[in-house]
Amino acid sequence: MRNQYIYVAIILCLFAGSLFVALPLDHPAWLEEGLAPGVDTQRDIRDLTLGLDLKGGTQVLLEAEISEDQPLPEDALNSAKIIVEQRVNGLGLAEPTVQLQGERRMIVELPGVKNPDQAIETIRSTGQLEFVDLGGFPVRPDDYINTTNRPNAVADLQESIAAGEAAPQSIPYPEEAFETIMTGDILQAVVATQDEYTFWQIQFDLKSESSGDFFTYTRDNIGEVLAIILDGRVLSTPVINAAINDNGVITGDFSQEEAESLAIQMRYGALPVPLEVVDVRTIGASLGQDSIDRSLQAGIVGGALVLLFMVLLYRLPGFLATVALAIYVTLNLATYKLLPVTLTLPGIAGFILSIGMAVDANILIFERMKEELRSGRSLRLAVETGFSRAWPAIRDGNLSTLISCAVLYWFGNNFGASVVKGFAITLSVGVLLSMFTAVFVTRTFMRSFLSQQGERLLGSRGLLGY
Amino acid sequence: MYRLVERRRLWFLISLLGILPGILFVLWNLSLTGGLLPLSIDYTGGTQWEMRFEEPVAPTELGGVFVEAGFTDTKAFHVDDDRTVQVKFKNIDMAQKEVIEQAIVERFGAFDERLYRSIGPAIGAEVSQAALLAVIAASVLILAYIALAFREVSHPFRYGVAAIVALVHDVLITVSFLSIMNLVAGWELDALFLTATLTVIGFSVNDTIVIFDRIRENLRRHRGEPLATVANRSIIETAQRSIATQVTALLVLAAILFFGGSTLRIFMATLIVGLVSGTYSSIFTATPLVVAWEEGSLFARARKPVRAREQTAAA
Repeated sequence: MRNQYIYVAIILCLFAGSLFVALPLDHPAWLEEGLAPGVDTQRDIRDLTLGLDLKGGTQVLLEAEISEDQPLPEDALNSAKIIVEQRVNGLGLAEPTVQLQGERRMIVELPGVKNPDQAIETIRSTGQLEFVDLGGFPVRPDDYINTTNRPNAVADLQESIAAGEAAPQSIPYPEEAFETIMTGDILQAVVATQDEYTFWQIQFDLKSESSGDFFTYTRDNIGEVLAIILDGRVLSTPVINAAINDNGVITGDFSQEEAESLAIQMRYGALPVPLEVVDVRTIGASLGQDSIDRSLQAGIVGGALVLLFMVLLYRLPGFLATVALAIYVTLNLATYKLLPVTLTLPGIAGFILSIGMAVDANILIFERMKEELRSGRSLRLAVETGFSRAWPAIRDGNLSTLISCAVLYWFGNNFGASVVKGFAITLSVGVLLSMFTAVFVTRTFMRSFLSQQGERLLGSRGLLGY
Repeated sequence: MYRLVERRRLWFLISLLGILPGILFVLWNLSLTGGLLPLSIDYTGGTQWEMRFEEPVAPTELGGVFVEAGFTDTKAFHVDDDRTVQVKFKNIDMAQKEVIEQAIVERFGAFDERLYRSIGPAIGAEVSQAALLAVIAASVLILAYIALAFREVSHPFRYGVAAIVALVHDVLITVSFLSIMNLVAGWELDALFLTATLTVIGFSVNDTIVIFDRIRENLRRHRGEPLATVANRSIIETAQRSIATQVTALLVLAAILFFGGSTLRIFMATLIVGLVSGTYSSIFTATPLVVAWEEGSLFARARKPVRAREQTAAA
């Protein structure tokens, strides 16, 4: 029976650990860094990640607007994604996401967006690329400036920022309007390449009809900066080294990623393919908060009823099972934070249903135990038989639920039905964890209780409820 | 011993009565609209817009704004309270939305946009095809799993088929429920209804497996008993569990139904109906079906009682 105490210790450690992760505390840096290796190493795990339906926001499904039989130009959607990301980041939202889905679609999530219609327009708009003379001002990449072509760019931006519809930006010269030399129409082709020393650079060709003016300007301004501007934002500030006739290169300390991103933005100041809105879903923040409050209320009432029922029907084992159920709930919450699982409304429903599955496993076991006790078995044997006989039914039932979850997940993932996907994820996480707590944890508790009290318990039918 | 599986004609008749409204409704709907069931905008495409105003607003008046703008088949109704109205209508573009929004603010005052959903028809068609595929795929996989898990009984495939029949039974019952609720309250088949149906499938199979598992065990322990007796015994022995599980599940589901708000109402009500049906079908559909099939009397009166020793493969 010593083993049982080791198991109890392990279970309690696991409980304490999951409780620590699940609670809204400041977690040590190593925990948060270790969780998400890769690009975003710092992740806030104080709170659960909530889906748009709970925190409010807009989800847009965009589709490349070309006829079915026409093939999409290679990489066009990837390039469009980069541009959409740029524009979305300019909206000043917390954690917006852009994801490709299938071959011609893109899902954009805009949490907490105040003016969804305008945001969508911004994403789909055709951007304008300009070559601008900075006139010696120390303007840097990512600054926003006015140009003679777009004299109100800064004023419009400031208005949006004031209304909370755009992120604050660096605006060094709000009064100035810099001279536009050329617009992006003159570009024929733009690619990121490596020079003979393997440094990354951007190579561009000009359309022949417009190269004359560009040649004259670059010939007269060698040594000056010629800024490249997209929708008022400075992309790059290269220095003119030589007169440019029909092609040129931009060199700089570029990484491959930077060079490719810049090339894409120059190539497609406008989106490479027009994007059509095929599905918009906006959830107001008030509805989201309502849903959270109500789920919490439902969870508390439902949970309390189940606990009451279990203790009334199964007494001591029922009580031990409810302790296991408490461990189950914290394990689930900790898993949601660690994976991470984005919690949606159907996701919460899936979680609550998985509690039902966990309770069902315990009911199967305890009913079996009662049967064995009634037929006069010793307590120890009844407990062991209860668990071993109930196991095949629990296993088969849970596995078939997992099978339906897998199908649901596939369905949700491939058809943008994120509603269904969220449900499948929490239900399957719950089913997997419930096999651990409802069987292993409850059994360990029962065994160690038995080794303390032994068959004396048999005398008190009230405690066993058979 | 109770004679449960022997009364299968009665049980099957009760099932039929439960399923019939759904079938009639589907036929009626088919002749009326050409579709099987009234589909929500998840599947047909369209727009759903929920607004909460400062003051109570009558749905018909608000709907009038949309009709004036040319959306003649607009449906408007209250959700949660009399300040909140949900409107459903055809697809709309951004410019049209802005115009209507202005007209609404002018007549009824500013509102809080609680929910806005606009979905193109092409997407909807794709989703409904995939949904059908999902149900079929889930059924086939579960059938395969049961045939595997019950390989020690003499005809594991029959147990699998019986479980699938029970599952289809439960899906048809939820369809019946949806049909009735469509006539009463205008419910439509949406993505959440589909999720509910798939969950019901999972639980239905779970329930059936619990009884089949007991049959599997009792066949080993009571060799020589007629299969019908073994089946009856297994049902009785698992009845306590069935009731206890049913009660806990209903406690939780009822809590969500009452406190969970309007978004989840259709989902939860469907789940409750499906769950009750799932327990019924595991006892009164799947089990009698297996017994009848094994006795070779699926369509006639019982001819030869099958004994348990013939039911387990030679060890």
